Amino acid sequence: MGTAAICVEHVGKQYRIGVRAAARRSFGEALVHALGAPLRRLRALRGASEGGDLFWALRDVSFEVQPGEVVGVIGRNGAGKSTLLKILARITEPTTGRATLRGRLASLLEVGTGFHPELTGRENIYLNGAILGMKKAEIRRHFDQIVDFAEIGRFLDTPVKHYSSGMYVRLAFAVAAHLEPDILLVDEVLAVGDALFQQKCLGTMRDVASSGRTVLFVSHNLAAVEGLCQRALLLERGRLTFCGQVAPALQRYLSGAPAAGQPSLRERTDRSGNQRLRFTGLRFCAPAGQTDTFLTGQDFRLEMDYEAQGRLRHVSVSVPFFTLLGQSVFVTWTRVSDGDFETLPPRGTFILEIPRLPLRAGTYTVNLYCEVNGLLADWVKEAARFHVVEGDYFGSGRMPPAGHGLIVVDHRFSYEEAHALA
Amino acid sequence: MTGSGATFGAVGRSQAALPGGRAPVGQETVVIEAGAGRRWSAIASLKSQLRELWRFRELLYFFVWRDIKVRYKQTVIGAAWALLQPLCAMAIFSLIFGRFAKMPSDGVPYPVFVYAGLLPWTFLANAVSQASLSLVNQARLLTKVYFPRLFIPAATVGVGLVDFGLSFGVYVGLMLWYGHTPGISILLLPLLVVLTAMTALGCGVLLASITVVYRDFRIVVPFLVQVWLYLSPVVYPVTIIPEQYRWIMVLNPMTGIIAGFRAALLNRSPDWTALALATLLAAGILAVGVGYFRRTERRLADIA
Repeated sequence: MGTAAICVEHVGKQYRIGVRAAARRSFGEALVHALGAPLRRLRALRGASEGGDLFWALRDVSFEVQPGEVVGVIGRNGAGKSTLLKILARITEPTTGRATLRGRLASLLEVGTGFHPELTGRENIYLNGAILGMKKAEIRRHFDQIVDFAEIGRFLDTPVKHYSSGMYVRLAFAVAAHLEPDILLVDEVLAVGDALFQQKCLGTMRDVASSGRTVLFVSHNLAAVEGLCQRALLLERGRLTFCGQVAPALQRYLSGAPAAGQPSLRERTDRSGNQRLRFTGLRFCAPAGQTDTFLTGQDFRLEMDYEAQGRLRHVSVSVPFFTLLGQSVFVTWTRVSDGDFETLPPRGTFILEIPRLPLRAGTYTVNLYCEVNGLLADWVKEAARFHVVEGDYFGSGRMPPAGHGLIVVDHRFSYEEAHALA
Repeated sequence: MTGSGATFGAVGRSQAALPGGRAPVGQETVVIEAGAGRRWSAIASLKSQLRELWRFRELLYFFVWRDIKVRYKQTVIGAAWALLQPLCAMAIFSLIFGRFAKMPSDGVPYPVFVYAGLLPWTFLANAVSQASLSLVNQARLLTKVYFPRLFIPAATVGVGLVDFGLSFGVYVGLMLWYGHTPGISILLLPLLVVLTAMTALGCGVLLASITVVYRDFRIVVPFLVQVWLYLSPVVYPVTIIPEQYRWIMVLNPMTGIIAGFRAALLNRSPDWTALALATLLAAGILAVGVGYFRRTERRLADIA
């Protein structure tokens, strides 16, 4: 216990949800209300009235983070992630419990906190640095690196109000990236800027993470959490429901989601298309029969029942495969493989076969997509998910280490001896 | 949240607070604890709070620097505004009260008399009005990053101090013009500036934290400052107040401070009793202001 970088014990945070009076309809009414209300409002502001509902944004959360660990905090909106970070960053106080942080602390809850639009880039570097907790000498030491990183060059002495939003964000992140804390609390900062800069930020985060700092990282970007963090905390409605390895945490986060209690394919209404054809059911089949878990390298078969209004012509079917994080792995499509169906009976089952499934261990989802006569007929996102466990794909009894690629492919190595040329 | 609160307790290089007590020597440790803030401001935590302020001291400088920079960006005459404000006030007061109303001025030219009073008054009035709005205006900062919140209103007092320096330069010119040479009592000046700053800081932080909760004070504060002006002997000497009401005047720290300024600048012997009382009052205001602020501080991010 004694040496954890972050030690959180039974921390809770309660908010009072203000009961907002119904909107006044007219100015006159509002005026009368306002004049008659000071006493009532005084009471409300003092928190003495019991009108407001109490609500635990965070409840009885305990965990520890060891020095050098990079821990992701995941959870839905309103699960308490930001509240937790704000408590640890000392911005807001907990209602219960205590937390101990050992080491120099810096928090990055927003990019560009304290930037002043009227000040120049140069001035804002100093101001923002100081607000984030840097000493003047430190800022001066990193000044050139910050300017380089932000790529603002000759705009250094222009007020930041004239900056493009991209430049603004780059400068703000550049300052933050040069903080040298022992403990870094980061909230969603990667959700800004263009894709290229996001990559750069992610790279910087990775450097920070691998330089032995303790990082607590809140993000909706699950791929970033997976890529950066060694451990993850899952918050659900203010409670810590999982604390451990990243993969199971993500799994749990994702499976806790819509899957539970989801209507069957036939009943799903969140679909698009003119519905001249509807997918009504689907089954995953391994050679041994129906399943939802495959081995890598096993023959894969997906059966999709459909119903249509009469006989159809020119039917195109596509099934894209995704990881749980929403990353596209590959797409199967009649048009690129066997050609679209020229005619189709009103009822039947599409069958998709993939010999020797190349997917590595994990959980995957499929979408179902169908066009009739070039018009979208039915499109169901995340129609189903299935699992893959590591199988002996190569027949060698060996598989590449986890984390090296999403799929495996057949391949062969050989060599040719170089012939000395005369 | 009724009643149960928390503060950011011990901050510093202490190991005593650690349950295990084996943190590396010299490492900063922060203990965040619910409920610690309910103790008004325990002496034990006062020390670590002061240490925290010291650790962030550069930030105070940056806030002052920012406010001054920003104020004069895109202005034509820039810092000259700091001089123009008291000069105009002096001109108007001299005309109305000095010339037309024939206000007595303790035997010195009225402009010199009134400017000597305007020096601390302008400092106080600007600092208090700016400070009271400072937290509301910078609410965003409060909800996004931690630093000693006291620095936000304190910075406005710092800005006031810089302005004071500039307008004091004008006063030196004024004295040369009227041929007044300062005497030994000018040595009181630093003390008087400190007293004014203490009063400004005390009122400023108090009103700043009240304004965050009760936004009415955005309207109330300018009015209060206006009233305070006439309750302080800025445009008139204390001597015009009937003897039996003087004690009320003395409850206002600015009475002693302004009288002190006049004594220091116009080479009179100061009223030591009034000065001692002003010192006590200024210290009291500062203590109450900062005390109240520290109590509200822990809730600021939730209500700002």
